[in-house]
Amino acid sequence: MTLFYLFGAIAVVASLLVIAQRNPMYSVLLLILSFGALSGLYVLLEAPFVAVIQIIVYAGAIMVLFLFVVMLLNEPKEDTEEARLRLVVAPGAAQMGAILAVALIGELGWALTRTGGQSGAFPAGAVTSVAAIGRLLFNDYSFPFEVTSILILVAMVGAVVLARRESRRSDGA
Amino acid sequence: MTPLLIAQLGLTLFVFVMLLNSAAVMVYVERKVAALLQQRLGPYLVGPKGLLQPIADVIKLMFKEELRPRAADPFLFALAPMISATAAFAAFAVVPFGADTTFFGLLDEPLRLQVADVNVAILVIFAIASMSVYGIVLAGWSSNSKYSLLGGLRSSAQMISYELSYGLALASVLVVANSLSLTDIVNRQAGTWFGFVPRWLVFLQPLGFLIYMTAGVAETNRAPFDFPEAEQELVAGYHTEYSSMSFAMFFLAEYINMVTVSAVATDLFLGGWHGPFLPLSLGWIWFLLKVGAILFFYVWMRWTLPRYRYDQLMSFGWKVLLPLSVVNLLVTAAGVLYFGG
Repeated sequence: MTLFYLFGAIAVVASLLVIAQRNPMYSVLLLILSFGALSGLYVLLEAPFVAVIQIIVYAGAIMVLFLFVVMLLNEPKEDTEEARLRLVVAPGAAQMGAILAVALIGELGWALTRTGGQSGAFPAGAVTSVAAIGRLLFNDYSFPFEVTSILILVAMVGAVVLARRESRRSDGA
Repeated sequence: MTPLLIAQLGLTLFVFVMLLNSAAVMVYVERKVAALLQQRLGPYLVGPKGLLQPIADVIKLMFKEELRPRAADPFLFALAPMISATAAFAAFAVVPFGADTTFFGLLDEPLRLQVADVNVAILVIFAIASMSVYGIVLAGWSSNSKYSLLGGLRSSAQMISYELSYGLALASVLVVANSLSLTDIVNRQAGTWFGFVPRWLVFLQPLGFLIYMTAGVAETNRAPFDFPEAEQELVAGYHTEYSSMSFAMFFLAEYINMVTVSAVATDLFLGGWHGPFLPLSLGWIWFLLKVGAILFFYVWMRWTLPRYRYDQLMSFGWKVLLPLSVVNLLVTAAGVLYFGG
């Protein structure tokens, strides 16, 4: 149980610090830390495969790309005085964000208290082993699996096309 | 504190210390083998046959001044070598290096010679390999110098490109061995065919072994794929602004990554600790010999082959090694299906 509280605390604190940090690089690193804590929670839920896949795919591949983008954009640190003033004075975005945040907290509260604070037991035959996951993935969920792979292929092709067109434009101009 | 727990803690400490020692030994072996290949003597002044040279190197590194560029991000600058070194050590935590042993009857139950017995061990190694990219990226960026940034980006791009072929080679081994646990895969390779050919997976997966070793060499930024490091000779690399112990941590991480790749290759393809003439409890001797042979090949390759240029390196990884590893996986899967596994 203490491990659960530890990983949970790390995940929550790291996620909160992601939005509280001024330096975007630190935000990305804190997000990686919160994914690591999530992976630990998966292990506690007796799903070691999902935990490791979380690290490999999310923390190890997707966040590396995030990091590259943040590094190459080279955004300067937010200046706190100016940023705070801007949020209070400028209309539109800040108010929308505040409304959405209140809506999120309301939904979370409703969802968490709905079941009376008890988490339900996992259904019998919960899928944890790799062989079972593979069997489910290729039999019951094969259509979403194939659609996801085509989606990723489209994203890759789009990225290559965008990158190439930019270089050709700069050559011709 | 049961004896088993004490033994487990002792094993963890032992693995840690042995990894450090192996890095020191590799430094010496590299210089001596390089000398042998270049027909010169190598270190011979410090200690008999230069055996105390690694100690001299460590002392030198410890007493150098620890520099930090003024414009560098202090937290990330200090964190990057720690990430590299930690990932290197952590990857070895799931590598078994011997059969279950009771230390000649001192323990009640056998202790597996593996720091953590996870049944998704192969995936854990892959996960930690993908985390070690961060050490390099952060080192390159936090040094706040153009050369470091470019070197770090190139090195990390190389690593993530070759991770794909690395993973697919591992996947072909999985298909044949039907298990994610390294101990199971090693125990599957006990015994012989026809009485003298050992049941090593390398005979069933020769192409997989070659792909794994190539991708492993590229992952550790060694041998013909060390352009991001050799940039230091030409321009500069991701560790150009580091000195003293931070630099030592990067090089420690590199050598320990080499040892881990060799150890995993031994476990997956060369039968781990199984070998003739020795009882299973002394199997770690065979393990050491096999890992030593692969490390010798590493050093031999470095001082024999010319370096790939960066674009050649990337085009090789994506256009040759990746399709080859996919084809290998397909053929392996078809073979397992046909021959009934």
